[in-house]
Amino acid sequence: MGAMESQDTLLAVEGLSKTFQTGAGDVHALKDVSFSIPRGSVVGLVGESGSGKTTLGRCLLRLVEPSGGAVRFDGTDLLALGSAEMKRMRKRMQIIFQDPFSSLNPRMRVRDIIGEALVTHGIGKSRTERRDLTAGLLEEVGLKADHLSRFPHEFSGGQRQRIGIARALAVEPEFIVADEAVSALDVSVQAQILNLMQDLRERRSLTILFIAHDLSVVEYLCEEIVVLYLGRVVESGTARKLYAEPAHPYTRALLSAAPVADPDAVRNRQVLKGEIPSPLSPPSGCVFRTRCSFADEACAMQVPGPVVLSEHQTSHCLKAGSI
Amino acid sequence: MVDAPAISRTEAPAALAKDIVLEAQNLSTHFVYKTRTAKAVRDVSFTLQKGRTLAIVGESGSGKSVTSLSAMRLLGPTGEIAGGSILYRKRDGTVVDLARQSQAAMRQIRGREISMIFQEPMTSLNPLFTIGDQIGEMLLLHERLAAPDIRRRVIEMLNLVEIPGAERRLDDYPHQMSGGMRQRVMIAMALICRPALLIADEPTTALDVTIQAQILDLIRRLQRELAMSVLFITHDMGVVAEVADEVAVMYAGEVVEQAPVRDIFAHPRHPYTLGLLASIPNVRRDFDAAGARRRLVPIPGTVPSLYAMPPGCAFAPRCPYAVPPCGSPVHLERIAPKHLSRCIRAGEL
Repeated sequence: MGAMESQDTLLAVEGLSKTFQTGAGDVHALKDVSFSIPRGSVVGLVGESGSGKTTLGRCLLRLVEPSGGAVRFDGTDLLALGSAEMKRMRKRMQIIFQDPFSSLNPRMRVRDIIGEALVTHGIGKSRTERRDLTAGLLEEVGLKADHLSRFPHEFSGGQRQRIGIARALAVEPEFIVADEAVSALDVSVQAQILNLMQDLRERRSLTILFIAHDLSVVEYLCEEIVVLYLGRVVESGTARKLYAEPAHPYTRALLSAAPVADPDAVRNRQVLKGEIPSPLSPPSGCVFRTRCSFADEACAMQVPGPVVLSEHQTSHCLKAGSI
Repeated sequence: MVDAPAISRTEAPAALAKDIVLEAQNLSTHFVYKTRTAKAVRDVSFTLQKGRTLAIVGESGSGKSVTSLSAMRLLGPTGEIAGGSILYRKRDGTVVDLARQSQAAMRQIRGREISMIFQEPMTSLNPLFTIGDQIGEMLLLHERLAAPDIRRRVIEMLNLVEIPGAERRLDDYPHQMSGGMRQRVMIAMALICRPALLIADEPTTALDVTIQAQILDLIRRLQRELAMSVLFITHDMGVVAEVADEVAVMYAGEVVEQAPVRDIFAHPRHPYTLGLLASIPNVRRDFDAAGARRRLVPIPGTVPSLYAMPPGCAFAPRCPYAVPPCGSPVHLERIAPKHLSRCIRAGEL
């Protein structure tokens, strides 16, 4: 994203790859992924099942070890850090998971779930101080201090997601990966959590990578978008530009497939044929060509590189600009 | 509170207007456990016109799935229809009350008259049998066809649901197929005996949007070609806008509003429907002229517990329009020729 490099970049991903070795062969979950996240922005990472978006989120925090490339966080190459240094770095970067049911230990009370993060990173001198910090965090995410001694099963899905957010905030991170953080919630509760994330972002000057498959949520929350398909970036740019004039044929298909809550919406739908290919044997050249209505022989021969269409938009398509 | 008396299985069904294929009248469904009873569906009424699509929309715990399982009489050992009726017009024109059919009679209705597809095709398919066997079983049960005829009909059906290479895929097991292909198999299984009514319970919720678009297109095309009526259960207002002719909105076990799809979106007449629509991010509404993001307007609080329903309107504790009379029972009332609302202030909204 050309526009981003001139700004203050908090996180830069350069040629990131992740290969999983399986009995059936190598799975290239991520291949040559590059993008950057400006400090203070919310960047949306979208793509369907198997696009690699969850693997990418975890690679940024080295919860999954990348196979190659670089992740620069505030100028430091994370992949060059030893485990003790990486642990210190994780105080500055946190993750919120999708499932508020399985990501909280059912046998721990809320004060211990959040307090554990404080102890691990040496925050708070005494038990009393940590308890006050924990109570403050709960209030900040819209829960009450008297919820401290409860167990996760005593909360609704939305409340559990608030606990997950409080745990992530406990170490006062600068950067948060929100991996489908609102996807499991009912829409009325989802709106509560989206408002909370907006508030926290402003109050704490957070930078967020927001991984989601719901395109209307991403459009609402994010300034910049990265679109993944089969482990490759196919398009990136500002949310406004991508939603108004998607350049890559996959982005166009994805946006036109999303249902709109308006019975009178004009639907100019291009229903994509077929399904995402197996990452065990991705197509040669452009990985999207097997489902692309513009594909020709050249697309099978050459892996498309980034084509900068404007300061707001980059498409990885051989025909970018002419289709 | 006194439970409704068990209903008689011999009562003659009430009349059903000519163009109606399915009508729920004051349906109540309970799940009875040792110490308590969950009133999952309470006093639910809706109508589905022949050849049309009625979407039942609601969030977790609204009772939308239990409503559809009540019509199929697939409630399991703890569930029971505690009151009301579900009238269904059979293909031969006779009207039956599904709430009062014996399980033997229901076995004749399921598959041939009414079929159902579910959210998770993997758990709905048997992993030990090929998809050809599973689809063919329906024909064996209902039509007693010979093996070569079954095979021919199954291949026809796989072609109809656009599974490429039908003759080869016939011998595949469910795990060899993707989620989208498994949902096509489910649809083939549901439709092979040409039912008049398809109940689709969140059929695309587990699928990616590009695959969802394919499956919604497929259901719409088959509905047209096979002249089916569809009862579509979903939580997604975007899907409602795409598939529905009529919409029934459920909250906490009750239908709070029913209207044609355009009226539901353009002129919602229940505060819950208003809240649901306001909760969905929409950039045209949620950004001001200068491009600044407005806060979303969520519905405050959470859904009440099935064991502790408020005595009056179930939505009143979360409702910005609530007034003291909302503490008394509120009924679904006709507020316009095609518009029903369960709100005493519907006229002011």
